[in-house]
Amino acid sequence: MKSPNTAGKGAVTLLIGTRKGAFTVKSDSARRIWKLSAPIFLGHIIHHVVADPRDRRTVLMAASTGHLGPTVFRSTDAGKTWKEATTPPAFRKAPEGGKGRSVDHIFWLTPCHANEPQAWYAGTSPQGLFRSDDGGVTWTPFSCINDDPQYIEWMGTVQDGTPDGPKLHSIIIDPRDPKHLYFGMSGGGIHESTDGGKSFRPLLQGMDVVDGFDRATPTFHDPHCVRLCPDNPDRLYQQNHCGIYRIDRPSEEWVRIGRTMPKKIGDVGFPMVVHPRDASRAWVFPMDGRTVWPRVSPEGKPAAYATKNGGKSWARQDKGFPRSNAWWTVKRQAMTADTHQPVGLYLGTTQGEIWASRNEGATWTCIARHLPEIYSVETALLGR
Amino acid sequence: MTVHIPSALRSYTAQQGTIDVDASTLAEMLAELDRQYPGIRFRIITEQDTVRPHIRIFVNDEQAFCLAKPLKNEDDVYIVCALSGG
Repeated sequence: MKSPNTAGKGAVTLLIGTRKGAFTVKSDSARRIWKLSAPIFLGHIIHHVVADPRDRRTVLMAASTGHLGPTVFRSTDAGKTWKEATTPPAFRKAPEGGKGRSVDHIFWLTPCHANEPQAWYAGTSPQGLFRSDDGGVTWTPFSCINDDPQYIEWMGTVQDGTPDGPKLHSIIIDPRDPKHLYFGMSGGGIHESTDGGKSFRPLLQGMDVVDGFDRATPTFHDPHCVRLCPDNPDRLYQQNHCGIYRIDRPSEEWVRIGRTMPKKIGDVGFPMVVHPRDASRAWVFPMDGRTVWPRVSPEGKPAAYATKNGGKSWARQDKGFPRSNAWWTVKRQAMTADTHQPVGLYLGTTQGEIWASRNEGATWTCIARHLPEIYSVETALLGR
Repeated sequence: MTVHIPSALRSYTAQQGTIDVDASTLAEMLAELDRQYPGIRFRIITEQDTVRPHIRIFVNDEQAFCLAKPLKNEDDVYIVCALSGG
């Protein structure tokens, strides 16, 4: 399938969300020299910062603080100035005597389809799906799932979710059809809609769960990160709590492609990155998921792993990373790619470093350090 | 009454630490505060009308849990950011 996407060129901007504020890192046109910004909203917990590729000016930031409720900050001038959403994502108020849910934090932001300018989706903790049709100024609950008894059951409790709260993430829009949507829940599995979100259904076949649990129950599924290939929207890759997977629609079955990873590394991790123009290529960043789940690089030796054949085989990419005693990892939103040729890869660590590769993972360079714990890294198309 | 605003919320109040509000209940006070400083209420109170986990509200020296709590003109209302870790 011929790619609809042309290669990018020139300077790259990275939008960084951290536990203590947001930052930007900007490159020169060769992607060799990088400049770190001053902190933006220092002290705020920033889970995700995302630029709108449709207008190249709007940037949304999912924010909260240790004390205050969640909100969205918006910039319409490429990050020069910021305003707060007037109606941040919030669940419907429960009827009198009922027990409603409250958004703890906004975790994931996704611009909607190219044909829906100003529209965005947000995923929250606990699991909720929200939509804005005015560029992030006002948000409303989206679809039936936030209040659907079956979905509420599948979302489980706080104890079923990730350590800092169960999350709805990986909101994906099919570039061919704005009514075709996917999202992931940790926990709760992967779900698909073909009617613009009026209804969703689980898409779990082939996915493993932790030993002893029922794989037919969505609650026990923990997809960490799901990505659709821009080059072939029928192909999705997934990094799960229980392995690396690929699905080729219309197939209903995920195939565990992580079984071809080296046994001593395993196929557990958080992020999943796909090539912008070649659906056979993808990257993961494995972590130690043995015994008590250390969630650090296996043996303290960080490395990305790349496939060039849809997961039939994987190659270790560790040139430039510390050779030992590097006990960090990369969260699910903290690894991404640009659209250049060759593709640039970027990741942020739990210990506050940004690493970049401008040759598709062959070599890595630390371009910023001493930041707070990094939650998210996104590339931004800003300006003309 | 006088509402005492913590530093974390003063970005909403043009850095004012105290705000005078006329209201007969805590709910009315929060609504008026939000009318004057849009968005401030949701940072303090959830969509289920509960005080957020790391926020405390005191009326004079008594902690308030219910938004229906009556208020008097001479009351001092303190919005406090509780301990929330590093």
